Parts: sequence; structure tokens; C-alpha cells
Amino acid sequence: MNLFGDAFRWILEPSHWTGPNGIPNRILEHLAYTGLTVLIATLIAVALGLYIGHTGRFRGIAVSVTGAMRALPTLGLLVYLAVLFGLGIQFALIPTIIVLVVLAIPPLLAGAYSGVQSVDGRTVDAARSMGMTEWQILWKVEVPLALPLILGGIRSAVLQVVATATVAAYISLGGLGRYIIDALPVRDYTTVLVGALLVTILALVLDGILILCQRLTVPAGVRAIRSSPGQRSTTKSASTVSTAA
Amino acid sequence: MFTSRRGRIAAGIFAAGAVLTLAACSSGDPLAEDDSAGSGGDSIAIGAAGFAESEIIAQIYAQALEANDITVDFKGQIGQRDVYIEALNDGSIDLIPDYSGNLLQFFDDSSEAKSSDEVLAALQDATPDGLEVLDQSEAEDKDSYNVTKEFSEANGVTSLADLAGIDVPLIVGGNPELAERPYGPKGLTDVYGVDAARISFVPISDSGGPLTTGALLDGTVTIADIFSTTPSIEENGFVTLEDPENLILPQNVLPLINSDKASDKVTKVLNAISAELTTDDLIELNARNQGDEKAEPEALAKDWLAEKDLF
Repeated sequence: MNLFGDAFRWILEPSHWTGPNGIPNRILEHLAYTGLTVLIATLIAVALGLYIGHTGRFRGIAVSVTGAMRALPTLGLLVYLAVLFGLGIQFALIPTIIVLVVLAIPPLLAGAYSGVQSVDGRTVDAARSMGMTEWQILWKVEVPLALPLILGGIRSAVLQVVATATVAAYISLGGLGRYIIDALPVRDYTTVLVGALLVTILALVLDGILILCQRLTVPAGVRAIRSSPGQRSTTKSASTVSTAA
Repeated sequence: MFTSRRGRIAAGIFAAGAVLTLAACSSGDPLAEDDSAGSGGDSIAIGAAGFAESEIIAQIYAQALEANDITVDFKGQIGQRDVYIEALNDGSIDLIPDYSGNLLQFFDDSSEAKSSDEVLAALQDATPDGLEVLDQSEAEDKDSYNVTKEFSEANGVTSLADLAGIDVPLIVGGNPELAERPYGPKGLTDVYGVDAARISFVPISDSGGPLTTGALLDGTVTIADIFSTTPSIEENGFVTLEDPENLILPQNVLPLINSDKASDKVTKVLNAISAELTTDDLIELNARNQGDEKAEPEALAKDWLAEKDLF
């Protein structure tokens, strides 16, 4: 418990809130790595996921490839990329973003294709029989209905990336990982804990914001169905979680 | 017994599960004391820190002691100093190779000892009761500041003492903890008078490995902290800057041992090894371990003992 007390005192110490190694700057760096990663990964994975979900093609391949991607050890891959491509420390951001994108793609892809696939076939058929083109079906029917699941994928990706972006510090970049990686070899466990706590808090805050977004994006029609008695309990527990976060 | 194929597969999975469970039960805590090892005769548990060189030297100790009829229990990859000193204290290991300067700083960070002999003398005093260090070898593996050949020639720099006189920004690359160490950038300022404003620091967490080497080669850093027995220094033609003021403490390899286990026989064997081990040996052993050969510590130790005609 003493360690936690020390860690909170460290966080509250005003001198730790200024300069390049100050908490605000490290959080901004951390958010920048996370934002850039999730943006790139979303562009790749959601496009692919919508294609797979809409057409139903390559689903088996997508499932097994992304499953295998989940098993890649991030730190090992990071050092491998940095050494192999000679990007090293000079262009440290490139291997860092690549490994984080690799980490973020599986949940995003799963959210996107399962979201589209979960849309009731009858709804899609109805849209088609009304004369909608495939693009219209995708953008006006499938994507809006799939949005909560797509956002669920983004939530899960953000959570994993925020927690893992600490590896950036291993190859000389900043972010909250600096506190952990700098303090570990000198046995300054208070600062290590500070890093871990700040990452946790950041992850919870971002997750809370995304839960709100997720709830706001449920289409009005779907919400009406979900508030029917059978579904009430889940909606209720979701609201408790969001207020807690 | 199982007529259907499904039944046989199920039985196979069940058996595999049972074996795994049993294996998990029997191994338990890998650092726990193994009482069965010590029945009759001399026995000693040898540990190694979490990097290859420590493992190689520990293997040399282990094989030499085994050749002298001492039962050896080998426990490799024990992480860093704070972890293995704890293991020595609680008796899970009895012996581990270590480095004089760093070990002295661990036991007494206020020591003023500078030369190799001073460090050894101070270390013998500082080592807590129950533990002791034996003879030190000539072999050393320590932090060293390296620059590229081009940098050295362009700026006429061969020693840390030359750094204060040149007008080039110094970008130091090394493990993050170097920033806090007395021999880090602060030491360059305090001991060698390099203007602190001219020094910047790039933390690279691979202990002078390929990332650090790469950063020095591509100019991201101009000076890199690399362990002196790393083969890449020679491979890339780096110039290791001399350290006339002993900013970096001597780091002679020596055995750290539990006093109860330091019998005459054990001491004699280990001292015979220390008498033969040289820095060049370490560079060669590391090169064979890290280079294309990827030789195992066990094989390297065997070759070294054969080459030195020991035991």
C-alpha cells in the first residue's frame, strides 16, 4: 500500500507536470501514438471487414489470419522490425506504429465483419427488393446497424493499443512507457507504478468516452427494440458501467 | 479398450492433459531449494544472471566443479542483480559469476574505489556476512563509450578527455538507466568537463545491442554505451574511447559465493578458472554465441576448459 501512496504523491508533485518528461507531455505522446495507430488500423480493418461482412467472402481466411496476428509478441516484433529494416532508432516511429497496427487490426476487423453479418438477412433483402444498390445497402442499412459492433471493435483496439503503446519507450520514443522502462533497471518501482497507473487511468477514461459514443450510435429503431422488457437488463448494466467509468 | 476413433482421441487428450498437470505439479517454484541434490558429498547450486555472458561463465564454473566430483545444480537466467543476490541470501543458489565494480556499487554505493585492485579490496569489505568473493579474473566486461572511426578521425577524439575540447553536439545513446548513473552523461560533465548543454541523451533499451549499434552507424547518436566485450565493437570498427580518469569502474569477472560452500576444493577450482579467464576470451566466447554460430553456453564452456587445459 505504501508503494501506491508514494506513486500518488509522485503524480501530485507539481514538478512532474512540466517539461518533456512531465506527465502532460508523456500523456500527449501516448495519445498521439494511440490515435495514429487506431486511425491507420481502422482505415485498413474496417474497409476489409465491411467487404468481408457484406460479401461473405474470405471470412475463413480473415478469421485465421487475424487470430494468428493476435499471437505475435509485440515487443519481439518491434525489435525485429527495427533491426531488420534498419529503421532502428532513427525512424523509431515507423516500426512502433506498425506493431501497434498489427495489434489493433484483429479486434477492429472482427467488429466490422461480425457487425455487418449480424444484420438480419431479411432487412438486407428488403433493402435490395426496394431497389437499393449494393453500395446503398452497405452504407444506409448495414453500416448504421453494424455501428455499435464496429465501435465495440474500436473500443477493444484502443484499450489494447493504449496498454501496449508503452513499448515505444523501448526504442527511444516517449509516451507513458518512458516511466516504466526508465525506472525498471534502477529499481525505482514507484515510478514504474506511476507509469502503470497512468496507463490504466488513460485506458479507463478513453473506454468510458467510447462507451458513450457506442450508446449514442445505436440507431433509434434498434434502440426501441432493445428497450423491450427482454433486453432491459443488459441496457441497464451498460449504463452503470458508463457512469462508473 | 476404446473401440471408436473418437474415444481414442478423447483418451489421448485426457492423457496429455494428465501429463501436463503432473509436470506442473512436480516442477513447482523453480527457485525453491532442492533438498534432494545435497545428499552426500559436496554439492553446489550455481546461478547465472539473465544474459549470455553470465550463463557462459557460470557453465565454465559448473563443468569445472563437476569434473572435480562436486554435484552441481544449475539454475540459469535469474534476471538481474537484486534478484540473484536475494537468491544467494535465501540459499536457493550458492554461486554466481559477477562483475567487481557493479557488485561493489550494489553493496556500497558510496565507495570511492577507482582502480581494479581498489575495487576488489573495497568489495571484499563491503560483501555482507555469509557471502564472499574469490579471486578476480583479468577478464573485464564494462560499459564503454564508443564512436565511429569517422567521428574519431574527423574530431581527433580517442579518449573521453578529448570530448571537452571539440565543438560537436554529443548525442549519447545507451540504456535508459545510464542517464541516472554516475558514469553517464553527468559523469562526462563532472569528471571530463564536457559542457552539459552540449550533451543530449537517447535511451535505447537493448544494452548496446543491434539497435544501439545501428543508431551509432546511422548517426542518430554520436557516442554509444556498449559493453566492452560486445563483438559488434570490433566488427564495425568502432573506437572505444579511453577513460584515463576511471569514470567507469573496473568490472573484473569474479565468483560470488556462499561462504558455507567455499570449501578449499571449490575455491581452488574457481581460482584456477579466474587465473586463466581474459577479456579476449570473453569477446571470443560472446562472438561465437551471438554470431552466426549461435553456440550454446554449455558447448562454449566445454571448449574453453579444453583450450585452457583445465580439469
